[in-house]
Amino acid sequence: MKAKAAVERIMGSVFFVCGMVTIVAVLGITAYLIISGIPAIREIGLVDFLFGQVWQSTASEPLFGIMPFILTSVYGTLGACLIGVPVGLMTAVFLAKVASPKVAAVVNTAVELLAGIPSVVYGLIGMIVLVPAVMRFFQLKNGTSLFAAIIVLAVMILPSIISVARTALVSVPGEYEEASFALGATKMETIFRVSIPAAKSGIAAGIVLGIGRAIGEAMAVMMVAGNVANMPELFKSVSFLTTAITKEMAYAPTGSLRQQALFSIALVLYVFIMLINTILNAFLKRREKP
Amino acid sequence: MRWGVATPSRNKKLSARRRISGGLLKGIVFLCAGVTVALLVGLLGFILYHGLGNINWAFLTTARSALKNTIGIFPNILFTLYIIITALLISLPIGVGASIYLNEYASHKRLARMIEFTAETLTGIPSIIFGLVGYLFFCRMLGLGASILSGALTLVVMVLPIIVRTTQEALKTVPDSYREGAVALGATKWYMIRTIILPSSLDGIVGGCILAIGRIVGESAALIFTAGVGYQLVTNYFQALGTSGGTLSVALYVYVYEQGEFEAGYGIAAILVMIVLLVNFATKLVKKKFKRI
Repeated sequence: MKAKAAVERIMGSVFFVCGMVTIVAVLGITAYLIISGIPAIREIGLVDFLFGQVWQSTASEPLFGIMPFILTSVYGTLGACLIGVPVGLMTAVFLAKVASPKVAAVVNTAVELLAGIPSVVYGLIGMIVLVPAVMRFFQLKNGTSLFAAIIVLAVMILPSIISVARTALVSVPGEYEEASFALGATKMETIFRVSIPAAKSGIAAGIVLGIGRAIGEAMAVMMVAGNVANMPELFKSVSFLTTAITKEMAYAPTGSLRQQALFSIALVLYVFIMLINTILNAFLKRREKP
Repeated sequence: MRWGVATPSRNKKLSARRRISGGLLKGIVFLCAGVTVALLVGLLGFILYHGLGNINWAFLTTARSALKNTIGIFPNILFTLYIIITALLISLPIGVGASIYLNEYASHKRLARMIEFTAETLTGIPSIIFGLVGYLFFCRMLGLGASILSGALTLVVMVLPIIVRTTQEALKTVPDSYREGAVALGATKWYMIRTIILPSSLDGIVGGCILAIGRIVGESAALIFTAGVGYQLVTNYFQALGTSGGTLSVALYVYVYEQGEFEAGYGIAAILVMIVLLVNFATKLVKKKFKRI
């Protein structure tokens, strides 16, 4: 009997420890990024680091300004949303309100598969199909550009936007729509004037989730953006926060200021992501209590 | 019904403006859904069309040879399997344990909410950040270097939320009457969990594993600095844990972006796409199979 009680206690604490792992992981990641990100910021100076417009990490007098990366990430994400959000929302409307269950099941599978395709595969297609197409269509010397990255990101955030917005649209109470019909509205009028406004926090959550995906994507963007630390221009090679890290990590000597500056970029990216997560949680919470 | 909007009765007196705008909106909705499906079909078709031709027996079963100037991905296949096995061996018990704690033990509501919140936070962290912290912690601080083990440990943290979420969803569907019945018959809590709760939530655990495998196979940014890009053949599992090795996704990136070997890239992409299809199919199968019971 005593042994049984001991086993009970041990298993109880084992499960408790397992539960703590995620908390420890988040705290650990945060602490690590702060500890390894602060030194370079301190040496370069916060203002020079964040607002400096020139990144020349290999020059004899190196400059570490990450404004080009920040702006590129912001513009790239906004651009991707500009294309991805309307297409995603309309597809969600189709899935939730227009399509018959059978058709919806097929389209839904397509969305799930899009979400599952690895980012390097998106990068590969971007490199082989999109970049040359951009070059020819806009008559550029080089197709690797912010524009190409925006297109790739727009496709990559589609599944997140669609699945969250669809769930939000499906859970709009039927009474709202019935009331709208009773007042003489057509189906499309009902969807666009009643269902979508009623589902707006859920749709917003989907958009924010998409923003998080876009700003954190590294490999696919790496393969199409050109990775030059230019201030963002639609048809110029640019470097995102994520790609700036990926590109130089392999070359920066361990412990150098150059490598430490990369950790600082990661810290900035992390702050962005945490901000986005906070907004996302606010939207999700609002949806829980209508 | 899920697509719940009933069709209103046709009103012949609907003004032209309303009819046109309604038709237009409907057109846009269909167009966008069409674009989404066309994107997928286009992507899959393109990859499989260009990739399948590059897959042959030698490609799958040999290592890269500079001497013969041939590319083979057998080491990368092995590395991918090793990373999947290692990451799941560690994250599965922890993830299932965490969800059992959340569902069966946590009397402290605040702590439970904290765990759920951190799990969600982990889902939102970009893989490049995992890669960087994994590199700092596992490769440098613990001195594991760029190795399969470092990569797998990094991925453990990444896939943990997936396993916690799917297992927890399954645990929630186990009726309380099962628990009460077991306790009423004199079972201890651990005995009840072992014999009643875990078997009835097997679908969630299996589903979580499949999703985690999909995530690991597609991952590249978190692995490139932690597991490295090695392509030497190492068949011994324990030896491989200590060597640098690129998974299929990492190999695709290196071949295409750094070396311009597009044919090998297409071949790997086709394999990855087929794995994605398989994972999706398996997830559906698990859902269907367990729902019937």
